[in-house]
Amino acid sequence: MTDLLLSQIKGGNESQFGTDEYVVNLGPQHPATHGVLRLVVKMDGETVKETIPVLGYLHRSIEKICENRTYPQCITYTDRVDYVSAMSVNLAFALATERLMGLEPPPRAQWLRMVFVELQRIASHLLWMGAFAGDIGALTPFLYGLRERERILDLFEMTCGQRLTYNYIRIGGVMIDILPEFVPKCRAFLDYFEPKIAEYEELLTYNPIFLERTRGVGLISPEMGINNGVCGPSLRGSGVACDVRKQQPYLYYDQVKFTECLEPGGDCWSRYRVRMREIRESVSLVRQCLDRLEPGPIETKLPPILKAPPASEIYSRIESSRGEMGIYLVGDGTAKPYKAKFRCASFSNTYVLDQLTRGWKLADIMAVLGSLDMIVPEVDR
Amino acid sequence: MTGEKIIQTIAAFIHQILGAAGLSGIIFIIDPVLCAVAMFGFISLFVMFLVWMERKVSAHMQSRIGPNRVGIFGLLQTVADAVKLTIKEDVKPIHRDVIPYTIAPILAFVATFAGMVVIPFDKGIVVQDLNIGLLYIIAITSFTVIAILSAGWSSNNKFALLGGFRSAAQIVSYEVPLVLSLVPIIMTTGTLRLGGIVDYQAGHRWFIFSQQAIAFFIFITAATAEANRAPFDIPEAESELIGGFHTEYSGVKFAMFFLGEYIAVIVSSAVAVTVFLGGWLPLPFLGFLHLPGFVWFMAKLIFVIYLIMAFRWTFPRLRVDQLMDFGWKVLIPIAILNVLATGFVILLLEGGV
Repeated sequence: MTDLLLSQIKGGNESQFGTDEYVVNLGPQHPATHGVLRLVVKMDGETVKETIPVLGYLHRSIEKICENRTYPQCITYTDRVDYVSAMSVNLAFALATERLMGLEPPPRAQWLRMVFVELQRIASHLLWMGAFAGDIGALTPFLYGLRERERILDLFEMTCGQRLTYNYIRIGGVMIDILPEFVPKCRAFLDYFEPKIAEYEELLTYNPIFLERTRGVGLISPEMGINNGVCGPSLRGSGVACDVRKQQPYLYYDQVKFTECLEPGGDCWSRYRVRMREIRESVSLVRQCLDRLEPGPIETKLPPILKAPPASEIYSRIESSRGEMGIYLVGDGTAKPYKAKFRCASFSNTYVLDQLTRGWKLADIMAVLGSLDMIVPEVDR
Repeated sequence: MTGEKIIQTIAAFIHQILGAAGLSGIIFIIDPVLCAVAMFGFISLFVMFLVWMERKVSAHMQSRIGPNRVGIFGLLQTVADAVKLTIKEDVKPIHRDVIPYTIAPILAFVATFAGMVVIPFDKGIVVQDLNIGLLYIIAITSFTVIAILSAGWSSNNKFALLGGFRSAAQIVSYEVPLVLSLVPIIMTTGTLRLGGIVDYQAGHRWFIFSQQAIAFFIFITAATAEANRAPFDIPEAESELIGGFHTEYSGVKFAMFFLGEYIAVIVSSAVAVTVFLGGWLPLPFLGFLHLPGFVWFMAKLIFVIYLIMAFRWTFPRLRVDQLMDFGWKVLIPIAILNVLATGFVILLLEGGV
């Protein structure tokens, strides 16, 4: 008799007590999916059976548009590819074009580019920290991160007039030189900001509830990460050295000292730690670059119409805040690229979401999604 | 002028008027009704104040200012919110289950509000100092489970259903440590009457200082879970289920749930203040100020409510199974050990009950 009862309870879908799978639609309008990402989640009670991301709600055909714009015109579109980390994408495209056409920007421009890209990395990670903590349920670090990010945006506004879509890093150099008060203000900001990182870590890093939510959740083993195309801080959280700034140094990254932040854990907590450490590394990088700034020109002499060599192609990659951002350009001798392909970190990081969340709970999807730092405009372009 | 004297004066005055009008026969009805009306009015005002306080406290913790447009320091913000919720369109899902859908918000509000009946604000300022005060409060506040389950089920919405289930499981699980943490108090004082517990603390030290500090923390944690507040606010986790069980409610119905949650917080905090923090007793070394007990009670109440609010804006949210683990595997064993320890101590100190 008890055997019969037990077999009925354990029987699952075949027994009289069988539970049904049901499908839940998270998004595209959802407070936590960092943009218009739609996740179709098949669940059994609270447990996730399968996660299917449906992409394309933010597709704006940027790559196709770029085929009809001249190279300098394309830079404005790159801001919109990843608006949280716009300087990085500007830089990616500018570097790709310079490599394609064999241009060399002056040293001052390269140092300035480094300053702004690292400041952008800090800003992006601060926003990520706020969003991640908000997904986990701690609503306050969001405000703290944004408060600091405001100061960085003030520095950007002082330089190029924009807070989000800068169009500052141009082909051949940068758009305009920094104001004299930029360097003292930047140093003042860094001095103010460095102790704040410790504040945020105190609030989150060893909080028992935060640890419970993120430790052991979303485990990416190094093999799984490499095989599934994970890149950037998400892969460094599994202990794999994959920083493009170390592997193929661009700008002057081989002349400055910084450590690549690796964490062995592979779970959400490790990825959080990687990004917090990267904020500190970026602070030190900005200081080093500000020290090495020399007066000089900020742009090379460019021909009036920038033409690519005929039948040329290049794949150029940089380390953006989210991982490897690669631009594949095909030049055909005209002023417009024949093909511009943006290889974005968030898009390749999306694939692993399904494997990471099978068998876990709905709340873990949010934790994993947040820890992968997915930005939807990058996914959809 | 103690609280008791004030109440007796007002009562005598009203009885005089009724007697002069020849209606002294209905005094036994009028008395409790007037008490209830007075309590209702006072609590409504207090809830309005609390909503404003939560927004200001959260704002200052988050490095912002909070409401400061409507009224001085934004004090009329709750009035503006109440007006907005009242004139909102009552959007109802077509395929809802009508009776549970309509009853759920009313039940959520009434169940928690009925708990205020036994809270002593001062010696004698209490609507009805029932002999079974604590038991009554715990029993009445359990009605909220029915309200939440009805709301989740009748909304015809998967998210609301999930939220309803989670919330019901959570509330039922955390009832046990809530009650267990109060058992040592009952063992020590020998009474369930809240006024009696405060009287006991007048003679001895407050419970939070003398013996039941652990019980205080268990109680506060369980009370936060009962009110579905962070870090236990999985049922209304905005970043996962939009609204949880109250997703499909708008306007006044939503206001009922919202208020019900705040009143649950007030009731739990009031019980904590009465049972652990000495109710309307003054702070031991500040007794010379001769403030009415009512003032002390409100001050302690606001302090405990501030604690509960600070929890919400500091801690992340627990996942629902971790929440259950914590309730069943951590809080309950500690509470049981507390009961055992108190029993031993009573046996040793008093040589038997």
